[in-house]
Amino acid sequence: MNIWAVMLIGGLVTYAMRLSFIYLLGRFDIPLTFRRALRFVPPAVLTAIVFPELMMHGGELDISLGNARLLAGAIAVLTAWFTRNILLTILAGMAALLLLQLLG
Amino acid sequence: MSQNRVSFWAGVRAEFPLLIAVFPFGMIYGVLALNAGLSPLAAQAMSAIVFAGSSQFITAKLVHDQVPGLVIALTIAVVNLRHMLYSASLAPHLGSVSMRWKALLAYLLTDEAYAVAINEYDRNGVTPSSHWYLFGAGLALWSTWQVSTLIGILLGATLPSNWPLDFALPLTFIALVIPALKDRPAVAAALSAGIIALAAYGLPYKLGLILAAMVGIALGTFLEGRK
Repeated sequence: MNIWAVMLIGGLVTYAMRLSFIYLLGRFDIPLTFRRALRFVPPAVLTAIVFPELMMHGGELDISLGNARLLAGAIAVLTAWFTRNILLTILAGMAALLLLQLLG
Repeated sequence: MSQNRVSFWAGVRAEFPLLIAVFPFGMIYGVLALNAGLSPLAAQAMSAIVFAGSSQFITAKLVHDQVPGLVIALTIAVVNLRHMLYSASLAPHLGSVSMRWKALLAYLLTDEAYAVAINEYDRNGVTPSSHWYLFGAGLALWSTWQVSTLIGILLGATLPSNWPLDFALPLTFIALVIPALKDRPAVAAALSAGIIALAAYGLPYKLGLILAAMVGIALGTFLEGRK
């Protein structure tokens, strides 16, 4: 499938979800379980992307101090925890990776 | 008429602090989309067609990894599920507007526009012009997203190709996920999804991502239900 078809389908699905209940007003209630589940979508999806990005190296699991991306990611986690600032987190993680690559 | 205008600008003003955070986010998306191999036109078009930050980042990454389109579309659907909740939450406040307005406001319904609109409606109730408030907030965010994407695309074309720019993606997601880890179920959802994603990394078509997300969401929901 080419990128334009992917974007069109993704866009249509997203639009349908945005319009869903505004359009169906009052005809349906969201089930409690579904409402509860939505809160966990961001932490689950985002972590499922972040873990392999930091810990997989050339198709192999690499949880060692020699893994610069894992160390830089840990620094980003600490920065995010203490500052809650997206831009600072990216800058700290990126600076850490560049520095580690320079040293290593 | 003038009440509509007042409501519109109040929405724009309320959105303003969020725009400051969204602007660099849009720029990073533009840079990453080019880095992932999207053409400048496709990168910009995605900001108009999908118009949802994190799912655009993920799409760029999956396109780069040559994941099949159907899996990408499925991933976009899961990541954007939360918009149904916003839709349900705003529906009672938009009951009296025309279908045309509903169609337009649904297109502009993002995390950031929802956040300021629901705050306004909960506080001040619904007036005949209150849909203009959501329109103002949504349009302000939409314009900012398009312009910041464009600047990111222009910037991305000039950055040296040996910089590890792809690392900005996990970094951005770390910045987004940490504030969401407010309690045990959320931490359990995140950790289980992360571990499954590692264990299922070898699955074809990046299906490990969807599997990991589903397990994390299910575990978080289960733990929350037991409380």
